[in-house]
Amino acid sequence: MLTCKEFLVWLNEYLDETAAAEIRAKVEAHISTCPNCWVIFDTTKKTLQIYKGMEPQPLPSELHSRLMSAIEKRLAKP
Amino acid sequence: MCLTSVYQPMPQSQVQTDDLALVHQAKAGNLDAFSQLVTRYEGKIFRLASHILHNQADAEDVLQNAFLKAFTHLDGFQENAKFYTWLVRIAVNESLMKLRKKKRRKMVSLDDPVDTGEEELPREIAVWEKTPEQEYSQTELRQLLDQAIDELTPIYRAVFLLRDVDGLSTEETAEALDLSIPAVKSRLLRARLKLREILTRFFKRKGDDVFAYL
Repeated sequence: MLTCKEFLVWLNEYLDETAAAEIRAKVEAHISTCPNCWVIFDTTKKTLQIYKGMEPQPLPSELHSRLMSAIEKRLAKP
Repeated sequence: MCLTSVYQPMPQSQVQTDDLALVHQAKAGNLDAFSQLVTRYEGKIFRLASHILHNQADAEDVLQNAFLKAFTHLDGFQENAKFYTWLVRIAVNESLMKLRKKKRRKMVSLDDPVDTGEEELPREIAVWEKTPEQEYSQTELRQLLDQAIDELTPIYRAVFLLRDVDGLSTEETAEALDLSIPAVKSRLLRARLKLREILTRFFKRKGDDVFAYL
């Protein structure tokens, strides 16, 4: 049986689904009997879900224009 | 619980193929192709630089310098890597140079030692509301998520943004930030746990007690 600290060591690989079957089974056994670690697992998973693929704010148009003119200016140099 | 991101990125393989085609055209002198790459990544690069530097004017400088350097050195881009990974590496180096100048320190690095103290262990342990994102407007939610990232130390911010927001692999993140793979993994775990902790303050189910870990 994993301790709570050992559970934290394997949490990333478990969430990323890269942990070996034996480790997965140990993590699942731990979170099914440790309510605190189940909450940590569940809320970390939700943290990743809410951030995943979050697109950045579109660049303000004047900032985009300044960037493009800087590139064009550089191109114009011999 | 149905927590899903409201944003749907383009599939990575498609992005990479398109990027390479655009890079080839840009190498042949097609500015329009390079402009398309700029439009595609300017937001992500600006977000990354803004989170590292915490200063909009400096982030704009980094944005310009990164794309100008990328354009100037396009011939040096090795096509076995992703264009975005290469671009991030340039932008991160530019950002770190800015930080060094500002802080007048010889060394500013994303590879600073990680604090492994007990204070890193989870403390806020509470179940979240079923649909926390529905309690906020999209603008409020975005501000809250950005604010949470800014509460991380710089070494965690860049790793989390690249790995968990942009969806780069561990290897690509290591390459982009010039970190070892174990360094990326340890920073990512701490970043995830810290963010979970910060978001729990906003999203925890009302009425639940928060109790200390162990």
